Amino acid sequence: MKDENPVIDPERRAFVGLAVGIGAALVAPGVILHQVAAAPRAEPVSGAVRWGLLIDTTKCVDGCSACVEACGRENGLDLQGRGETGSSDKWERQKAAWVRKVKLQDNQTGRIVNLPMMCQHCEHPPCVDVCPTGASFKRADGIVMVDRHLCIGCRYCMMACPYKARSFIHGEQSGQLTRAPRGKGCVESCDLCVQRRDQGEDSTACVDACVTAGHEAIVFGDLQDPASPIRQMLKELPNRQIREDLALNTGVRYAGV
Amino acid sequence: MAEALRRARPVALALLWMLAVPGLQAAETKGHVVEGSRAAGLAECVKPAAQMRRQHMEFIKHQRIVTVHEGVRDTPYSLAGCVECHVRYDERQIPTPINHPDQFCGACHAFAAVDLNCFDCHAAVPNGGQESVSPSRREGEAHP
Ligand code: HEC
Ligand code: HEC
Ligand code: HEC
Repeated sequence: MKDENPVIDPERRAFVGLAVGIGAALVAPGVILHQVAAAPRAEPVSGAVRWGLLIDTTKCVDGCSACVEACGRENGLDLQGRGETGSSDKWERQKAAWVRKVKLQDNQTGRIVNLPMMCQHCEHPPCVDVCPTGASFKRADGIVMVDRHLCIGCRYCMMACPYKARSFIHGEQSGQLTRAPRGKGCVESCDLCVQRRDQGEDSTACVDACVTAGHEAIVFGDLQDPASPIRQMLKELPNRQIREDLALNTGVRYAGV
Repeated sequence: MAEALRRARPVALALLWMLAVPGLQAAETKGHVVEGSRAAGLAECVKPAAQMRRQHMEFIKHQRIVTVHEGVRDTPYSLAGCVECHVRYDERQIPTPINHPDQFCGACHAFAAVDLNCFDCHAAVPNGGQESVSPSRREGEAHP
């Protein structure tokens, strides 16, 4: 085999670069990021971003639970052991759920709204206020989560949460995923797929699943970046915080409620 | 009394090591590293072995704060990383949980009477990878 070493023509290179740039600009913003190799985070997270979700309830479909199932697969919730929990009714109430589908009906008009309910990633999270050990905390990028190394399982945070967003693990677990350690005696909740954030991915499991199911009811993004798609949509779609009377400034917003 | 105990502990540990390490090492090719693990084919740990023996717990415990609270994942001290490299695979390529009393972390801790709860939550075998990948990048790969 001849070892030919063609000289690289810098002009051609510049042209190729430009062509790639245009190609990237033409595809949807979400797609570009996939082409860039995601890398594990080397620097501590900062307050320069605040992650959040916008849920368009008009697109959320009755009977669909794609987001709930995807969340379970992502975070190992589908591997949950029942432990000593008795009746199946009790198990249904106690098993960990980071997202729940909620159906609201206005009894006067009969209007029904479906929505996924998860941790609302408050700017002023009551769960963090009441935690006696500092296990419940808000990361610099706005994600409210539980450091399970510090959690003693007292469940004050579950009482304090106005959204019923947290779960407690009652039984011993086995077969956990590497990316999602879980164990008996700790509280847990949606962490906006924190492992994906730290690997530079651009969406959450629920968002991906909702897109795959053809609904696109959930948008994920940086609430602090005026140019981000989520900010654009927040500007255009009438939307609100659930229990805005509590002034928690939630990171999850709902349209059509 | 407590003070005396605290001062005596490093000495006791050192004595333990002088007794334990040569004996155990004779049986194995590479100290405590188990055969059939990726580590068995490598020359070095993430730090010199002597330092790892003494300080691995500090490295990992420091790391868990940095990772969980600050999101730093680009690190040699991830617990998932220890498991990935040190776990033993049998002939059928099935991994043995690393905390079993005859495995890498488990054997040494059993000997030193250290009781860990880390693997109550953390996967003791590589399971599903350290990161999750969006469907667009997962194409062709079966779900674990
Ligand atoms: C890339 C592979 C790799 C990773 C990751 C790794 N190790 Fe190692 N480790 C090795 C190798 C190879 C040795 C043997 C080094 C030697 O003999 O000098 C070793 C040796 C050790 C030893 C000394 C064993 C003895 O013989 O006394 C300890 C303790 C140890 N590792 C703990 C850890 C811990 C804890 C982690 C996670 C923070 C970790 N290792 C991550 C490859 C790895
Ligand atoms: C109650 C469950 C639980 C127990 C027990 C537990 N962890 Fe964790 N640990 C977690 C969770 C949850 C995470 C966050 C996982 C993530 O985001 O990747 C984590 C993350 C980590 C990380 C950062 C991720 C990685 O793989 O490097 C380290 C290091 C760590 N834990 C070390 C430990 C050590 C050492 C122990 C035992 C002394 C321990 N953990 C016990 C739940 C637990
Ligand atoms: C060479 C022997 C040896 C090996 C191999 C080893 N350890 Fe250890 N480990 C010890 C000893 C001894 C202690 C206790 C030190 C002390 O009490 O000061 C310890 C303590 C720990 C602690 C702190 C426990 C606590 O409750 O504070 C953690 C965490 C730990 N080891 C993790 C690991 C992991 C994970 C592995 C496998 C990747 C591993 N160790 C492999 C000897 C070992």
